[in-house]
Amino acid sequence: MFFNFMDELRAAGITASLKEHLVLLEALEKDVIRRSPEEFYYLSRATFVKDEGLLDRFDQVFSKVFKGIETTYGTQEEDIPLDWLKAVAEKYLSEEEMEKIKSLGSWDEIMETLKERLEEQEKRHEGGSKWIGTGGTSPYGNSGYNPEGVRIGGEGGQKKAIKVWDKREFQNLDNTKLLGTRNIKVALRRLRKFAREGAADELDIDRTINGTAKQGWLDIHMRPERHNAVKLLLFLDVGGSMDPFIKLCEELFSAATTEFKNLEFFYFHNCPYEGLWKDNRRRFSERTNTWDVLHKYGHDYKLIFVGDASMSPYEITHPGGSVEHFNEEAGVTWMQRLTNTYPAAAWLNPVPEKQWGYSQSVKIIRELMNDRMYPLTVDGLSDAMKELTRKQG
Amino acid sequence: MRFDGTKDYVATDDLKVAVNAAMTLRRPLLVKGEPGTGKTVLAYEIAKAMGTPLIEWNVKSTTKAHQGLYEYDAVARLRDGQLGDERVHDISNYIRKGKLWEAFTAPELPVLLIDEIDKADIEFPNDLLQELDRMEFHVYETKETIKAVERPIVIITSNNEKELPDAFLRRCFFHYIKFPDRETMQDIINVHFPDIQGILVKKAMDIFYDVRDVPGLKKKPSTSELLDWLKLILNEDMPLEVLQSKDSSKAIPPLHGALLKNEQDVMLFERLAFMAKREAR
Repeated sequence: MFFNFMDELRAAGITASLKEHLVLLEALEKDVIRRSPEEFYYLSRATFVKDEGLLDRFDQVFSKVFKGIETTYGTQEEDIPLDWLKAVAEKYLSEEEMEKIKSLGSWDEIMETLKERLEEQEKRHEGGSKWIGTGGTSPYGNSGYNPEGVRIGGEGGQKKAIKVWDKREFQNLDNTKLLGTRNIKVALRRLRKFAREGAADELDIDRTINGTAKQGWLDIHMRPERHNAVKLLLFLDVGGSMDPFIKLCEELFSAATTEFKNLEFFYFHNCPYEGLWKDNRRRFSERTNTWDVLHKYGHDYKLIFVGDASMSPYEITHPGGSVEHFNEEAGVTWMQRLTNTYPAAAWLNPVPEKQWGYSQSVKIIRELMNDRMYPLTVDGLSDAMKELTRKQG
Repeated sequence: MRFDGTKDYVATDDLKVAVNAAMTLRRPLLVKGEPGTGKTVLAYEIAKAMGTPLIEWNVKSTTKAHQGLYEYDAVARLRDGQLGDERVHDISNYIRKGKLWEAFTAPELPVLLIDEIDKADIEFPNDLLQELDRMEFHVYETKETIKAVERPIVIITSNNEKELPDAFLRRCFFHYIKFPDRETMQDIINVHFPDIQGILVKKAMDIFYDVRDVPGLKKKPSTSELLDWLKLILNEDMPLEVLQSKDSSKAIPPLHGALLKNEQDVMLFERLAFMAKREAR
């Protein structure tokens, strides 16, 4: 059963290895836990799961593998306070249903109905909040556990009503990461260029020793600390066809903001025109003139576009082609201006590479970028960073 | 040796199991969770419960892994060499012990807290892999190997600013402190304010959980903020009626400065209050 457990965990995408398995066995041998299913659940959770995003999946696997292993709680009727039952029932069952239950009278049936109702609630809840992330906040917020699940345990002070793992409290924390911020950061590291700038606050040992030897007295030399001197302009496409990629872009963005000190970002829609913006809520009122961006940030900035480049070709090639406003100059003009000002530039496209051929606009943008379009995957990101660090001729 | 929470710290069952597993097997315990849910305090309380000293290593963005092991003070040696000090012949005089070294050689089994490991450089955890796994390291200057007399209890906290490498995670137990439910919160409050009025707590918790439920908050108030807020309310001797008033036009809770730490959040509440007022009209 144990090996089965590990296989199931791996199948669910939790990277359980032999190492963790041995740790678990060691812990069991040393009697870390009292012999109860709950404590075994807690112990194996602490051993196998290393990311709160995977907790929910672990709960599911656990309940699947260890189904049929009965726990003692929840069956002793005297344990369940009546007022708790009433409170929960009022919350989730309508009056008619309450009447019906009263006529049924059996605890098991009440629990069954409640459980069904809770499941229904969970599903509905999830469907409604799926796209909360659009506004720029992650849908996997910190408070992301199922309030229904918790409340049912909390209200009457009776934790033992539902099996702990069947509560699936960590449901909303689940995430299926393809790229992951860590991978992104490691890829972005290629772009680092260290330079010593600013206040001299670090002892330069080599020069101090040299100087001391030469002078005959202690001759201290200081130097500024090394900083990442790369300057980055990030242009992000938002809205419309980019919606499915919000999560990915958020990860890229959060990785980039922590990795680079000199990072400026702007949003555009489909194709950059004469105006860009920094705050999506005020995209129509607070625009930045693209000319100002071109003038303000020097040639040594590296420019990264993030967008799916999927639009009607007119939006790039013709004046007035924009879907949102009347643009006096065509997108193509602005793209050329941008790539001329910033020789080190790359376009990251979240759409899988093999689909690029189907879209006319992707082809156009690719040509405009001199083929410097890369898929938003770990490899693509690495290639893009390589391109950006290439010496510009 | 078992950890069962202390009189000042309410530990949930799953936390107890994780702590006990880490203590028995002497593997590091990685603790994550929302800010203010008591990650750092956990290490203090374990040390207190076990009656062992706590060695605290606060990690900053500039912290390097080797600083936890030892540092070689070349400048002091250079100066001593110039002054002809006798000490200069023994290099070990210039080796400064780091927190890990301290923990490895402590006379009493210590609790080592590595606080906010995610603040450091992304390679930081990787550089500590061997040291935390084998609990030993080599000092190149003196050619000696420092080995832990007894493996210390290591608690590592992370605020999720950076993800940690898999190889590092494999060596740890993991616990995610989830936000306490009302029942646990009640226990926590009772531990901190034993004399508080029950009805006041209930009202305050109602408001608190309502605030947390407001969508779009940048920083949700956490346990430590609730405790601060309660302390304020008690200090101000705020009458119960203020908390009880169901007036929707007063959407901002009294003394909100303790709960809302972000001007955008305060504005959000003001806007909600304004909207509630308009609806009431």
